[in-house]
Amino acid sequence: MREAAVASPAWAFLARRRGGIRADWTDWVTYGYLLLGVVVMLVPVLWVVLSSFKSEGNLLRFPPTVLPEAARTVVVAGYPRPLPLYAVRRDDGTTVTLAQVRRVGIEAQMVDPAHPGAGLVTVPVERARELRHFHVGTENYARLLASAGGTIWTSIYNTVFITVVATLVTLVMNAMAAFALSKYRFPGSDLALLAILATLMVPATVVLVPIYLIVSELGLVNNLWGVILPVISTPTGVFLLRQYMLTIPDELIEAARMDHASEWRIFWRLILPLATPALAVVAIFSIMSRWNDFLLPLVILNKPEVYTLQLALAGYSDENGIQYGMLLAMTTLTALPLAVGFLFLQRYITTGIASTGIK
Amino acid sequence: MPSRMRIVPWLFLAPNLAIIALFALAPVLINVMYAVTGTDNLYPGERTFVGLANFRTLLECGNYFEPATCSRDLFWRSVGNALVFVPTQVAVMIGFALATAVALNRDIRARGFFRGIFFFPVMLSPVVVAMTWVWILQKDGALNGLLGLVGFERVSWLADPARAFRWSIFVTVWAHMGFYTIILLAGLQSIPADIYEAARMDRASPWRIFTRITLPLLKPVLLVVFILAVIRSVQTFDEIYVLTGGGPGTATKMIVQYIFDTGFAVMPRNYGLAAAASLMLGVVLFVFTAIQMRFARPGGADA
Amino acid sequence: MTAGGAHAGGATGCRTPSWLARLAFAVGLLAPAAVPAAQPETITVQHIHADEAVAVRKFMRENPGTRVEFRQVSFQSLLESLPVQLASGEGPDISMVADWGGLSKYYLDIRPYIGAREAAYFERQFGNILGPMRGGDPHGNEIYGMAGAVTLNGAFVNVTLFKQAHVELPPPGATWDDWAAAARKVARATHTEMAMEMDRSAHRFASLALSYGAKLVDGQGHFVVDQGLRTAVEKFVAWHRDGTMPMDLWGAVGGTTHLDRFSDFMNGNVVFYFGGSWSLFLMDRNVGDAFDWKVVDAPCGTAGCVLMPGGAAMAAFRHTKHPELCARFLAFLAREDNMREALARHANIPAATSLVESGVEYPNDSERVREALAAFTRQMPNVPRQAYVFQGWRYQRAALNSLTTRISQILTHELDVDTALAFVKKDVELAIEASR
Repeated sequence: MREAAVASPAWAFLARRRGGIRADWTDWVTYGYLLLGVVVMLVPVLWVVLSSFKSEGNLLRFPPTVLPEAARTVVVAGYPRPLPLYAVRRDDGTTVTLAQVRRVGIEAQMVDPAHPGAGLVTVPVERARELRHFHVGTENYARLLASAGGTIWTSIYNTVFITVVATLVTLVMNAMAAFALSKYRFPGSDLALLAILATLMVPATVVLVPIYLIVSELGLVNNLWGVILPVISTPTGVFLLRQYMLTIPDELIEAARMDHASEWRIFWRLILPLATPALAVVAIFSIMSRWNDFLLPLVILNKPEVYTLQLALAGYSDENGIQYGMLLAMTTLTALPLAVGFLFLQRYITTGIASTGIK
Repeated sequence: MPSRMRIVPWLFLAPNLAIIALFALAPVLINVMYAVTGTDNLYPGERTFVGLANFRTLLECGNYFEPATCSRDLFWRSVGNALVFVPTQVAVMIGFALATAVALNRDIRARGFFRGIFFFPVMLSPVVVAMTWVWILQKDGALNGLLGLVGFERVSWLADPARAFRWSIFVTVWAHMGFYTIILLAGLQSIPADIYEAARMDRASPWRIFTRITLPLLKPVLLVVFILAVIRSVQTFDEIYVLTGGGPGTATKMIVQYIFDTGFAVMPRNYGLAAAASLMLGVVLFVFTAIQMRFARPGGADA
Repeated sequence: MTAGGAHAGGATGCRTPSWLARLAFAVGLLAPAAVPAAQPETITVQHIHADEAVAVRKFMRENPGTRVEFRQVSFQSLLESLPVQLASGEGPDISMVADWGGLSKYYLDIRPYIGAREAAYFERQFGNILGPMRGGDPHGNEIYGMAGAVTLNGAFVNVTLFKQAHVELPPPGATWDDWAAAARKVARATHTEMAMEMDRSAHRFASLALSYGAKLVDGQGHFVVDQGLRTAVEKFVAWHRDGTMPMDLWGAVGGTTHLDRFSDFMNGNVVFYFGGSWSLFLMDRNVGDAFDWKVVDAPCGTAGCVLMPGGAAMAAFRHTKHPELCARFLAFLAREDNMREALARHANIPAATSLVESGVEYPNDSERVREALAAFTRQMPNVPRQAYVFQGWRYQRAALNSLTTRISQILTHELDVDTALAFVKKDVELAIEASR
């Protein structure tokens, strides 16, 4: 191991790499690129989360403030709502703090909070500067969760239902198919494998209209099952599980058969538990896909009661137009579960993807 | 072999095969049915046979390079957009994915952390991705705010067709790059370290190592990644639909959006045209998927 | 567990065990009791305003034993989801429909279920609308529903901004160009973001088009491209190019997306806003006295000063299982007192002839809103017949969708005016053919 000959110990620490070899320009470029990547990947999302804590007035402001702020307000006798405070520059150069009653175009009407009885003063807009303070506005979330009678809870329920049920069914069904294709030699197994493979060629985008017809004939339009059924057979899932099951020693199965265990029992009690790592990967993929699914729900689910979070988010608008605060809060909430899950399950996910790709 | 051993596997396969038959195989045939019939009725019994009329309408054009001369100009615009979007987006995305994978493959600290960060946007749903960028790219949004700090005027980023198109590429690359980075990284990591040692012994420059050793060894994986990216890119819909709605005008309208609009968003619905367009898309995807299968399993034998 | 295990049934002869017979007998006795008590007749009614549930509750009070379920939906859902549901034979029993004629093939004719006198009442009150509801079929006499309110496109003006800019409000009879010029001056003087804004909806554009002499639809039900339409489009595009109207709205969004930007007017960001009368009820709640505003007379073009009528209707659908109850509910809604209540709830313009003549009280609304409503009602008789014809045209929605898309394409330089209008004609022809 060559030691670096450097001017100072601090530099030695920073420039040291794992092999102990001194860092060269490629390393600096590498770190530079990676750090830039972190900024580009992370900052937009963090910005959305940060913005979701800003009050409505704060959100309308340009240029946007970095930290959430809210106007300093004061309650003035004779006015039902608290009025925002402004520092107004008077003709003689002094500044006075006034409360704004209304503002349109280039003029604002203000009242002195200390002397409300004195009446309104008309102030040109460029003379007034809003007084703000740091304020984490959780009201966006509160309003969102309560809005329109709590419809968002319905969307949350729908999304969770679809995700959980679809994942469970996918796991069982695909494991069954993988079991059949890995542990049995039977005529037609190649054909079955091919058929499952063939579905890779038929993504939802290509068969949108027929799927709609079939779901409609089954009476499942505007039904959560209408979104679950079409997607529970995944070729990649079957492959992953099959690959993994191939590594399970046949002797175990033979031994179980000797003990007069039925095939189903072998599958359920023996194979499934052994295949847990692969099942976990398939489960994670399934959860990701179902939670984020957009096109199929867009076509099948037309009533607000059955909207998933993604549909509700995409179509979000209030009677009074788009309320940005609540929209941002909703975006954050929709992304939160998977983001949190990702933090804990990163390793699984990346290994899983790597193995599907390399295969 | 006892008879039950021949039946049992089929029993295990049955649910999967049933779903496939119903939702993957049958729909292809039904698509054909829709494509050769007319009227705006959903139920096949109420439709009338029109032969290849739908295909003819879609494909007839005065001048194929000028969508405005086509009978179904919106279809050709979406095809035109895709022809530019797909190569550009795939090239940019794989380029960055490769660069990132190379960077992550090096001896760096906190590799897990960096890898996680690059992969993170893949976890976000397309709607969340689009909303995030809509928020940032708004006239009063953060990007304009930052630019304002250095004295630039506010720009309506998504209001100009060319800009909206470029941002569509950026956003989709941003959202999906991490996925391909992971695959490429695994590919890089499977190259034995001694090869690099040998090359370093020979005092080869980093660039030479990359082009003469890394790339050739990575070719199979690169090819798979490339095809996967193309297949996904051709089907782009979700993010762009929420980001720009296909606009301004039709600047960012892609093929799947055309299918969706024609079959589900306009009144009256034209299932025939949508199905015809879907079939054509299906053929294109079939070709690419077949190529990918060929490369992923070089022997072609039972794997 | 063995597959195909023993099943003693069929193979052992046909004598039913006595215990089984007794069980069957007992079940048979219990069966009637097990059937749930007859459900009250239930119909579902949907509307975009949650407070219409008040009418539903009143109906149930006056008609005990009936059940009417109320559902609130978005306007976009009426445009997109309702037709889909109806096509699959599903959907609510009664719904607000976004345009009078578009879904006429699914409507239920309630004439057989209401008396002759009631039928005559419907004819008298809703004459203008029953025709369009039949999809423009001149020979039909079905009664497909009713419309308590009619809407009009309208020009909303921020008077405070005019005052701040020291610009006179153009008088009644002023042209679109006059208003554009005045709005531009005011916007510049007051640093207002937008001088003129029009909802992203070809229905609004149609007012402009008709004012310049566009016919839009001919007697045979085909779309018409004429000089009037061309002039209107050219003016519209010119206002976008010179900055009078914002590109973000019509130019930046793609496709047929319907965007209603009344919030811009309420926030004081636009001087002259061309939208519709349905937004009036938001004014009191959100604007209050923040600024002075009014609804002005229709701006004029070379052929007139047209405001497109519109509005929802309430219709029952063929697939309903309770046509008689649906008819009763619609007749209930058509009662004068119920119409008055609904109109007052939402500050809407009356559609029924008797109410237009007598006027309606709006006790819940401010002075300004009442003035605005009076201004609208005053202009009702000026709506030309061609506007009603267009509104009731079966393919109006297809034409509107196409106009919206194509105009956007002109604004983004994808198409020129003539090509775009040719495409609109072609789009509509294709739509007509596709539904044949």
